Amino acid sequence: MDTLNLLLDGFSNALTPQNLLYACIGVLLGTFVGVLPGIGPAMTVALLLPITYGLDATQSFIMFAGILYGGMYGGSTTSILLNTPGESSSVMTAIEGNKMAKAGRGAQALATAAIGSFIAGTIGTLLVAFFTPAIAEQAVKIGAASYFAIMLLSVVLVTSVLGESKLRGFIGLFIGLTIGLVGLDLSTGQPRLTAGMLELADGIDIVVVAVGVFAIGEALWTAAHLRRRPIEVIPVGQPFMRRDDWRRSWGPWLRGTAIGFPFGAVPAGGAETPTFLSYVLERRLQKPGKDQEQFGEGAIEGVAGPEAANNASAAGMFVPLLALGLPVTATAAVIIAAMRTYGIQPGPTLMADQPELVWTLLASLLIGNTLLLVINLPLAPLWARLLQIPRPQLYAGILFFASLGAYSVNQDPYDLALLLVFGGVGFAIRRFGIPVLPLILGVILGPLMEQKMREALDLSNGDISGLFNEPLAVFVYVLIVLVVVAPYVLGFIRSRRSAP
Amino acid sequence: MTTPVTTPAPRVDRAQYGLAALLAVVGVYTIVDARGLNVGFGDPIGPRVFPYVIGAVMILLAVLLAVATSRGDVPEAEAGEDVDLTVRADWLTVGKLVGVMVLNLLFINLLGWAITGALLFAGCAWSLGSRTLVRDLIVGAVMSVSSWYFFWVVLDVPLSPGILDGIL
Repeated sequence: MDTLNLLLDGFSNALTPQNLLYACIGVLLGTFVGVLPGIGPAMTVALLLPITYGLDATQSFIMFAGILYGGMYGGSTTSILLNTPGESSSVMTAIEGNKMAKAGRGAQALATAAIGSFIAGTIGTLLVAFFTPAIAEQAVKIGAASYFAIMLLSVVLVTSVLGESKLRGFIGLFIGLTIGLVGLDLSTGQPRLTAGMLELADGIDIVVVAVGVFAIGEALWTAAHLRRRPIEVIPVGQPFMRRDDWRRSWGPWLRGTAIGFPFGAVPAGGAETPTFLSYVLERRLQKPGKDQEQFGEGAIEGVAGPEAANNASAAGMFVPLLALGLPVTATAAVIIAAMRTYGIQPGPTLMADQPELVWTLLASLLIGNTLLLVINLPLAPLWARLLQIPRPQLYAGILFFASLGAYSVNQDPYDLALLLVFGGVGFAIRRFGIPVLPLILGVILGPLMEQKMREALDLSNGDISGLFNEPLAVFVYVLIVLVVVAPYVLGFIRSRRSAP
Repeated sequence: MTTPVTTPAPRVDRAQYGLAALLAVVGVYTIVDARGLNVGFGDPIGPRVFPYVIGAVMILLAVLLAVATSRGDVPEAEAGEDVDLTVRADWLTVGKLVGVMVLNLLFINLLGWAITGALLFAGCAWSLGSRTLVRDLIVGAVMSVSSWYFFWVVLDVPLSPGILDGIL
């Protein structure tokens, strides 16, 4: 019951008329930006980060929660109405969702996506509220060596599990780690990789990296390959669901939530796997015959399940974020960057040091989620019209707001130059198929990993055994080896078996 | 995937050699830079170890990439809603956009965000093929002036007023 009381306290902090206004603005802006083609949730959050700078921490978190959910729902709208998912987590939604839209059932697809997201987000956030304190309590006891090992596990998982090419994943990770090195060494105060430039001594602002790599990189990459023919947008009416749609949706919503949350909570990163699993599960669960044939022709279950899984895993990412300070998705990385601008360092002690802030954030997430449903169901036809913004103005707008955001951090043109440099990096990684997520995680986690590594080795007086002298650390290293080696061993066994 | 008999000459993405070289240079520079750091007395680890590891792995990755490239490994460029990968890269458009953004950062403190922001929007739209320059300028001006006031009034962040100081 303790948790419930704390959460209620959080609500009483978050639920003032002024804060609700910020939440509404957040949802509206988040959906507005998220709906624009080519912009996923992480980029939405990064682009809109600067507008929360002038607010105090509580208000900005509330606005942020709205932006986050708005951005995610905006992405689903795009994939249902355009059939071109902006990011990998919406791929599954697009399959059935776009078929539904083409069959004139776009309104139902948007409705089941919105309500499913709401249910999954609410259950997921409540689970975060109940799990995180217990995990954080244990996490405080974790020593530097184990903490280092867990971070290593997290980056290895994200880098090697996701994406087509492990080599490219690791290249992305090490580009990020190199960027994270830039600046003054924290314990000796010596500049590293600054090439003598004073501006670089403070390190590189993660917001500038994120906006550069996501927004500028995306805009430049798209500009180089701009589709010159117009894309078809399916007009949509007011979202609603018939009784039959409700009957078919509630099961997938709950199952999707159950699949999505654990995947978000373990540091394996990403919503790709749970959305895929949810889609396959819903398809399997159909009775053979007429129902099953509907899959591929626009089955509402195929939208409801993956959308719920997507949102539940987004809620799940708050468990490692709040309990350990570990970001496992690009969106989480940007959220950590945002927290740091308020002088908040997410980590095991956050729950104990600033409980009020954490509970307010969790309450804000629930509020943002509810507002999303209330605001966006009526506004869906309006959002759909946004998809028709002419592309030159759309990408000009992205570049405009990205520049505004980077400049507003310090009001220094130098940041605009840095933004352009990272736009170049963003362009290059898209050209060479290098995933963005490991890069961003490298920037965020690199300095933290170094800090923990040095702490652990300081204790052992520089002896390498300092990294292995905790049982948990050893266990995690075994896990890392298994994760890296297992696929090869399995592949080897399979090839032996299939050979005569 | 494997067509053992009629294997066409593997398509080599030459640009990837360039990337590998660049990564190797970054790795070497990281190590060289770290060599110049002092390790404090009584500090068993110091600020060098981590960059050494990163630089060394970076060089290793560069070599692996070069080997993979020579074996015909081609990257899977990122697709997207408005991305048409079947056309050749349009470097002229990219160049124009970069040019507009460079002009923005050069003049932002002199002219102020209200002016350069508007020019930035209109310039980018023009680079991307819009031919409604006057309308874009008006839209850009509305956006830049209103964002200037938004940051000033709501967020208390003064963006550069430039030559419009006192007018805005």
